[in-house]
Amino acid sequence: MKNENVIEVENLTKAFGAFKAVNAISFEVKKGEIFGFLGANGAGKTTAIKMLIGISHPTSGKAKVVDFDVYTQPEAIKRNIGYMSQRFALYDDLTVQENINFFGGIYGLSRKAIRQKSKDSLVELGMHEISSKLVGSLPLGWKQKLSFSVALLHEPKIVFLDEPTGGVDPITRRQFWEMIYKAADQGTTIFVTTHYMDEAEYCDRVSIMVEGKIEALDTPKNLKQQFKVASMNEVFLKLARNIE
Amino acid sequence: MKRFIGFIRKEFYHIFRDRRSLFILFGMPIAQILLFGFAITNEINNVNIAILDHSKDTSTLEIINKISNSKYFSIKQIISREAEIESVFQKGKIKAVLNFEKDFGRNLIKKKSAQIQIITDATDPNTANSITNYINAILQNYLQEKNKSIQLDYQIIPQTRMVYNQELKSVFLFVPGVMTIILMLVSAMMTSISITREKELGTMEILLVSPLKPFQVIIGKVVPYIFLSIINAAVIVLLSIFIFKMPVEGSLILLGAESVLFIITSLALGILISTISDTQQSAMMISLMGLMLPVILLSGFIFPISSMPAPLQVISNIIPAKWFIIIIKGIMLKGVGLAFVWKETLILIGMTVFFIAVSVKKYKIRLD
Amino acid sequence: MGISLSNIDKSYKKQIAVRNITFDVNPGELFGLIGPDGAGKTTIFRILTTLLLPDNGKATVAGLDIIKDYKAIRNSVGYMPGRFSLYQDLTVEENLNFFATIFGTTIAENYDLIKDIYEQIAPFKDRRAGKLSGGMKQKLALSCALIHKPKVLFLDEPTTGVDPVSRKEFWEMLKRLQKRGITILVSTPYMDEAALCDRIALIQDGEILAIDMPQAVVNKFPKDIYNVKADNMYKLIQTLQRYEHTYSVFPFGEFVHYTDKRVIFKTAELQQHLESSGLNGITIAPTHADIEDAFMELAKK
Repeated sequence: MKNENVIEVENLTKAFGAFKAVNAISFEVKKGEIFGFLGANGAGKTTAIKMLIGISHPTSGKAKVVDFDVYTQPEAIKRNIGYMSQRFALYDDLTVQENINFFGGIYGLSRKAIRQKSKDSLVELGMHEISSKLVGSLPLGWKQKLSFSVALLHEPKIVFLDEPTGGVDPITRRQFWEMIYKAADQGTTIFVTTHYMDEAEYCDRVSIMVEGKIEALDTPKNLKQQFKVASMNEVFLKLARNIE
Repeated sequence: MKRFIGFIRKEFYHIFRDRRSLFILFGMPIAQILLFGFAITNEINNVNIAILDHSKDTSTLEIINKISNSKYFSIKQIISREAEIESVFQKGKIKAVLNFEKDFGRNLIKKKSAQIQIITDATDPNTANSITNYINAILQNYLQEKNKSIQLDYQIIPQTRMVYNQELKSVFLFVPGVMTIILMLVSAMMTSISITREKELGTMEILLVSPLKPFQVIIGKVVPYIFLSIINAAVIVLLSIFIFKMPVEGSLILLGAESVLFIITSLALGILISTISDTQQSAMMISLMGLMLPVILLSGFIFPISSMPAPLQVISNIIPAKWFIIIIKGIMLKGVGLAFVWKETLILIGMTVFFIAVSVKKYKIRLD
Repeated sequence: MGISLSNIDKSYKKQIAVRNITFDVNPGELFGLIGPDGAGKTTIFRILTTLLLPDNGKATVAGLDIIKDYKAIRNSVGYMPGRFSLYQDLTVEENLNFFATIFGTTIAENYDLIKDIYEQIAPFKDRRAGKLSGGMKQKLALSCALIHKPKVLFLDEPTTGVDPVSRKEFWEMLKRLQKRGITILVSTPYMDEAALCDRIALIQDGEILAIDMPQAVVNKFPKDIYNVKADNMYKLIQTLQRYEHTYSVFPFGEFVHYTDKRVIFKTAELQQHLESSGLNGITIAPTHADIEDAFMELAKK
């Protein structure tokens, strides 16, 4: 089941003038995989993600996301992926239910489907009793969990999560990862960035970007063996430090 | 003091780094003045006029010829009695009537002075004003030619009379009006935005937790905009004098001093706005809706206050711009001195003191 | 020169922000306030920096009362709010210069204190702050907070959103500053940073869960913890959550941290249960609790 590639990237490059923010990166992500996309601030992660989700045009190289080409079919990509970022997730001044209805609506879900899905996910989150509360009044961890459910609403093939757990308390952070495991178990591919190195260990495979290039890509276990260290944190520090 | 200067220097960095705002800040007054100026001093062309000639001598004939030969006027009707004037205007086609006094030519030579009455339809006050100016110019021109050939000092005394809107309330009012709007906008809106921006950025927290006293922060925010506003006021006055030949009858020094007073009033308002708004967006909305609209609608800039319903006339009294417009109108157009505008000046000073007092009281030394 | 809070309460309208906060920071100590977003960390910082008045309770900073002596406190503390409050349209150097001037000093006067930090961003001194990376912004903001040689330094989530490399460097800088006798109160949502503090207070939902040295907090963890691993982690977690003897189960890196309700626990029994549930590649090994285990255990109560 895990042989099918849902992301294929080859020599993907984005240059701003002479500066190559993303410098010829290549990798594949398989269906149902939890793929950790790590890197220091300014290493080019965000730029790379923007190209993959079809909102930024690459300078050169190839990339296919869910069988669609990032150059010619960005709209098809957007319909087939979910995206959740730490900065913008949900509207604080809308209620839980209104947010779900809105995001379900922009992905073209029927009213009936939205009703069914929102009921299911609210029950699963234990939030059905507060569906008429404003999202702004919820604790951050709840918002992030809700936001993830919303990103899954239209059953995307891939979900891109940009630092989904920053600042979230340890228990909620783990509950969040259980949701990620569950989605992956059901065949959704997870593409996630994080600054928590213990979360890198949760991933099936991890890539580490340094100054626009992917410097390492393997399972956490293999990476730790390769660098002869005990944790992903040390792998990360070794890689990023060496370059500087 | 060094701290304070450092603070002001930072403010100027902000202003000059934000090229777009800076461009609007200085471009807007010029654009507005030009817009209003050209929209109001519109060229007149082939305006229909009527002649009432009680004299019918060579002088009046020469003048009538001169007028009808100009491209500005075409003589549509010759009338013979004063009583006809009213009906001529009521038909609406004739915009002005020239009324030559009896024995015009003889008076011109004997008394060296003759009278002509220019009656205009001032339902459109701008056109009425232009017509008067054009006819005056033609008369002056005629006299110059005459005086050159005969070496005598003739004088034609034109009496202008405007019907329907005799005081011609909106003529040249646009300069005081635009000046008021610009000063209000730059001073109140820009200060309130620049203060709320620090709140949004979170830098206000650091400023509060620094030895800078709150009033230093506020004054520091205000000083750069005093400069900008003074420059703006000067640009507006110069433009109106040199491009639109706006007469500035009164003392330029008094005009400057009153402008500075109004700038300070507006700045105080800006500070007040910033104490009640937490975001740049709300500061901008309050400035626009709470200040600009009343200034445009209720200050007498566009709609004469005397023609407003009584409640609005009362409300207009609390709008600082109203008093400022009265003051600068007086200085610019009537050439009056402080003796005539001291009351309005005092009202403005009172308002300023009030705004500052409220701002100081409302200003928070904490975040609560 | 330390910090002291006793029974501090603060509410915003109806919402309680912090309740009954009491702790002391000794002079020269590096004290960590550890908790997730919304726990009330920022409120505590704002009360201590005199930006907010508490509803109840007393607090002093460097011996000065936060209400009576607020002016004196403002003169002697350094404060770095969350979100690196810098002027985005000013260059690195202009920002630093500005903060030096408003505190009545110059960069040259206190350069030795910030030298370490500032040298790392000096190559970019003519770049606007808005164009710096997160790590560089953080260093600049710290330089700005230090430029007037404060006795007490307040750092509110200085490492949030910053990558692990920059975070590590940042903590190394803090250690050096501490050696110069500056008392530092720092907050962070990253639990792993707790170990770098002399003492910590764990905080959640406006209340303090524990105050102690990091190791002591961990040592108080009441249960034996086991690292459990299987090929299918999702199924492992689900199986363990349904297991009748489970006390707690949390994913931790490549393992799951498992604790058992029973006093006497045999790993073989669990192994068998998991195998019979259809899991493969199972390993179970005892391990030590870490700060997150301790936090989650305390937060449960």
